[in-house]
Amino acid sequence: MEITIETIEHVASLARLSLKEDEKIRLTSDLKNIISYVEKLNELDTSNIKPMEHVIPMKNVLREDIVNASYDRNEILKNAHESGEGGFKVPKVVE
Amino acid sequence: MDYEVVIGLEVHAELATRSKIYCSCTTEFGGEPNTHCCPICTGMPGVLPVLNKKVVEYAVKAGLATNCNIASFSKQDRKNYFYPDLPKAFQTSQYDLPLCFGGAIEIDVNGVKKSIGLTRIHIEEDAGKLIHDAWADGTLVDYNRCGVPLIEIVSEPDLRSADEVKAYFEKLKSILEYIEVSDCKMQEGSLRADVNLSVRKRGQREFGTRTEMKNLNSIKAIVRAVEAETKRQIEELEYGGTIIQETRRWDDNKGESYAMRSKEEAHDYRYFPEPDLLPIVVGEEWLSQIKAEIPELPDQRKSRYVEKFELPEYDAAVLTSSKIIADYFEAAAAVNSNVKAISNWIMGDLMRAINEKEIEFSNIPVAPEDLAGLIGLIDKGTITGKAAKKVFDIMFETGKKPMDVVKEEGLEAVNDEAAILLAVKEAISNNPKSVEDYKAGKKQAIGFLVGQIMKATKGKAQPQTVNELLVKELEK
Ligand SMILES: [Zn+2]
Repeated sequence: MEITIETIEHVASLARLSLKEDEKIRLTSDLKNIISYVEKLNELDTSNIKPMEHVIPMKNVLREDIVNASYDRNEILKNAHESGEGGFKVPKVVE
Repeated sequence: MDYEVVIGLEVHAELATRSKIYCSCTTEFGGEPNTHCCPICTGMPGVLPVLNKKVVEYAVKAGLATNCNIASFSKQDRKNYFYPDLPKAFQTSQYDLPLCFGGAIEIDVNGVKKSIGLTRIHIEEDAGKLIHDAWADGTLVDYNRCGVPLIEIVSEPDLRSADEVKAYFEKLKSILEYIEVSDCKMQEGSLRADVNLSVRKRGQREFGTRTEMKNLNSIKAIVRAVEAETKRQIEELEYGGTIIQETRRWDDNKGESYAMRSKEEAHDYRYFPEPDLLPIVVGEEWLSQIKAEIPELPDQRKSRYVEKFELPEYDAAVLTSSKIIADYFEAAAAVNSNVKAISNWIMGDLMRAINEKEIEFSNIPVAPEDLAGLIGLIDKGTITGKAAKKVFDIMFETGKKPMDVVKEEGLEAVNDEAAILLAVKEAISNNPKSVEDYKAGKKQAIGFLVGQIMKATKGKAQPQTVNELLVKELEK
């Protein structure tokens, strides 16, 4: 996989990161190295190996459909940068 | 140029569980903002979500009722995007191993039957609500709905018209209501659809470029959006333009759609397996337990109505289209065997009254036993069909019993030949022109005279007796 400075810019924008030019250059070469290291795995024939869907060999960890009390709203809103009217306040969202 | 429209639907249905998908907060609709929240559903770091068992069972039920295969091994994935209604910055959903896949449901448009394929049904969580009018300089976020379980039902691009879309959506809604996995209240957002639509020249094999219209929350809006988008795309192409693959928002008030400004990351959701949630394995035993809970479905019920009640296909289809209507019909049929009359009353006067009063079928003021009783009164000759309409309107208005209304309003049928004969003679002497017409061979003139007699007797005279006596008098 080819890693260019555009790749870094795209991934950074998806992750809402703003990078300086020198950071972009450094990250491009870092990511290049990481990807080519991992790409070594492609040399193995894995066609007969079942994909690992989860790291823990467990399944069906489920809870019953029972309602318990929610948190006090003031507790929940403590985590808001800004709040009011019982809600989280965020910058105006335009669609 | 002749175009063909190609449509696929993604339908989101909120599941009728009591608690949320990964925490024990209530799923109840409404409530003061952010009062149905906890650290799990507001995405606090370090919390551990645990999947609600009912969510799996309801989704599997929906899969079984729509002829899907049920995955024996299924997992959950993170769908990553930033939006304020999503506190974790990802939605827990399913990517490559959904719970149900490869189903189909049959639709009927004006007697033409067609099978519509279902690609998949997967489970996921709902997002919060953005309230735009709270402040001029900001948006209020309410996370009560966050983590309410959803199933997303994805159809194949098998739909070819707004009529087919409507039939498919209504059928799906009716199935979900029958199996009771969602309350399907569209006005509360429990059921909503995304429409993927493209057009192509008839005969062309490749699909055209499609657009997506999101979150349509009424059947009327879905139909209108399909019609308008079809027209827009055809016009665009006819004038030499091209269709851009984009998400559009349907404005039902204006009756038009517009491209959404969020140019956004072209669907780069970077799905990856959810590390906090373990795989779902639906073994044979569990599956057969869920299977045993599937009730009679709309199509089966329809066949039964045709066979057992000997109703016309049309009646059976209308009555079984909604579980509430079908249950109502059967409650009435249990006390009166005149099922065709019950069907006629439900499809006619009852539906009309509901539409006029804009009430939900579940809130009908006339009990099914009382509708059956009213029909019984007509059959016994206690009241005329004409008077019955009046009795029904009063029952609908007041919720009173049919016989009480008949007595209070003095609507018992007059079958006293002497009294009717008097009205007949009066009509004959008051309308010499009609009598002349009748005698000159214009037999339809009798209708007018019958009308006059019914009027004079306030609709209470038995029409059959009126006819007999009238003909006898006229032929004298
Ligand atoms: Zn919660």
